[in-house]
Amino acid sequence: MDDRKLLEHKVARRSVLGGLAASLAAGVAATADTLAPKVAQAATAPAEVPSIPGYDWSKHAWAYGVDATKCIGCLRCVEACKAENDVARDPHHFRTWVERYVEIEGEETARIDSQADPVNIAASSSEGTYRFADRYKDEKVHKAFFVPKLCNHCTHPACVQVCPTGATFKTDDGVVVIDHTYCIGCQYCVQACPYGARFFNAELQVTDKCTWCYHRITKGLQPACVEVCPVEARIFGDRNDKNSAISKFIADNRVTVLRPETGNAPNVFYVGLDKEVI
Amino acid sequence: MEQQFLPAVYTGFVYPNETVFPWGVLIVVYPYLTGLVAGAFTVSSLYQVFGLRQLRPVAHLALITSLCCMIFVPSPLLLHLGHAERAFNAVFTPHWSSAMAMFGYFAGFYIILLLLETWFVFRPYMVEQATLRKDWLGKVYNIFCLGSHDVSEKALAADKKWIFALAIIGIPSAHGLHGYVGFIFGSLKSREWWSSDLMPLIFLFSAIISGVALLIVIYIVSCKLRRVPVDVACVKGMGYTLWGFVMFTLLLEGVEFGSLTYKGREGIDMILLFVTTRLVIPFFVLQFTIGAVVPILILSFMFWHGTTGRRLVTGILLSALLVLFNVIMMRFNVVIGGQEIAKTGKGLLYFPWEIFGREGVLAAAGVLTAPFVLLSLLVRLLPPWHDEIDPDHATA
Repeated sequence: MDDRKLLEHKVARRSVLGGLAASLAAGVAATADTLAPKVAQAATAPAEVPSIPGYDWSKHAWAYGVDATKCIGCLRCVEACKAENDVARDPHHFRTWVERYVEIEGEETARIDSQADPVNIAASSSEGTYRFADRYKDEKVHKAFFVPKLCNHCTHPACVQVCPTGATFKTDDGVVVIDHTYCIGCQYCVQACPYGARFFNAELQVTDKCTWCYHRITKGLQPACVEVCPVEARIFGDRNDKNSAISKFIADNRVTVLRPETGNAPNVFYVGLDKEVI
Repeated sequence: MEQQFLPAVYTGFVYPNETVFPWGVLIVVYPYLTGLVAGAFTVSSLYQVFGLRQLRPVAHLALITSLCCMIFVPSPLLLHLGHAERAFNAVFTPHWSSAMAMFGYFAGFYIILLLLETWFVFRPYMVEQATLRKDWLGKVYNIFCLGSHDVSEKALAADKKWIFALAIIGIPSAHGLHGYVGFIFGSLKSREWWSSDLMPLIFLFSAIISGVALLIVIYIVSCKLRRVPVDVACVKGMGYTLWGFVMFTLLLEGVEFGSLTYKGREGIDMILLFVTTRLVIPFFVLQFTIGAVVPILILSFMFWHGTTGRRLVTGILLSALLVLFNVIMMRFNVVIGGQEIAKTGKGLLYFPWEIFGREGVLAAAGVLTAPFVLLSLLVRLLPPWHDEIDPDHATA
């Protein structure tokens, strides 16, 4: 199925609803026979079908890599994502974020914070720009590292499984997206995601999440977070292309995924995680 | 843009997006109302299907209580949705793998079933009123009769068969509806506090005890308001039912909690910290001790001691009120408590209370009150009372 068909599918789905409403209003039983022509008619209406020139989603298998050993916690990725995708400029809504793990001598578990931590927000003196506060300068740190996080675009996404309307779905090229015009805003998917990757978009009153910048990748561009990373800690590409950066990243490293026990089968592959990472 | 959400305060580490609670007090009210529906229907079925004659005085009251609650079950969900106007997307184009998509079908089916059973049960009364009354209300009853004015013995026998059949279908429907609500929580693997195979069963049994308790309260209060004697045998029957089901519910909750802590999977440290600090009052004191242990002790003492008359009625009423409190605390501790334990397993959040607003406490209180306002009107239109009781059973 290509992007055109995805949109056709969406149009057809809405027509079922519209058809039913019309049928009910007319006092006519809404049978499959009466609806079928309406669906077909709507699906072929040319005005409803935008297209992405030169893009065929059946030919791609997108995946994402994170080399946690390279991340320097500069948070350009987080800011770029917010700007690119118009994400609320507050410390409660993120399509991507960065976690900092700091192990201090004499302590059994790592101290963890993200750019959204109130101390870090205070240090950045803005809720829209981010930096990690130098809060451990007086401690004896023996290990510290950063872990970028985002939607894992799982092969078996729990969020898609629970969505009551199918407003969130997995595309043929491996991206989990949300149809904001169809989402009812129940937030069951927010509950179901074990990674905390989803949030409620208060402005649109629907759920929201990372799309790997679907509007960019279908035009041959990189996701905004990958584009701005100064140390190539974030890698993105097509697994169907054996020479792509992501294929090489997965082939050349011993990669792992977050929470494999959930059975979600994430498609964000990590290098350099520690037992503390959740 | 004006901030339209209340961020939560937290300790430890939580994912940044977790600081906004997805579900608030409206989603506490939703399973509570659904539970009352299932529980009240159970009381009705105990008479209609299982022939517990003792419960005759409350059988019809139970049925219309169930109906009144069911009519308002969708309201907390609709108030919660970001786009309530799209709610029917889940019905007309359901996503079959979603438990939530089944709600519209379950609820729709069950409301129709309740309406049908109520119609059959009150048809003779409506026919009588349509004939006797010459005012506008008579016309209303006439419309409600739907052209079916035959109250011959044969017709009433046919009605009885319908009522029996509907009550039988209603048992799995009511309990399925509520077991399914438990499944909505229990099937999520993202939260250890919810992710339990016993969750549907726990929801189901807590539903039954809430419905029985509600009927006890409504029956006794209505008798006092109408200045008619309370049927002690009926109240005692409901008291025994409550006693048995509360003990079984406690057992299930104990097994679930024991299993959760014994397995001790990832994140259990945070759960234990939560349970032994923040949950001590709402869970151990309010839900477990005051809401369940105290009523069991009161009921056990009275049944063992052979208490009767006004004392028995007062004791059972008090126990029922405590059980109603137990179940709403259980719903709160599951829905809100589950979200207070961060998915990271390394942090705890504090639920930000909202009083006003679409999802605030006042809205939830309104939703919870509405069924009883409707019930107080409906009992005037369709009196469910059976006051011809055995004088030996009555108390002042």
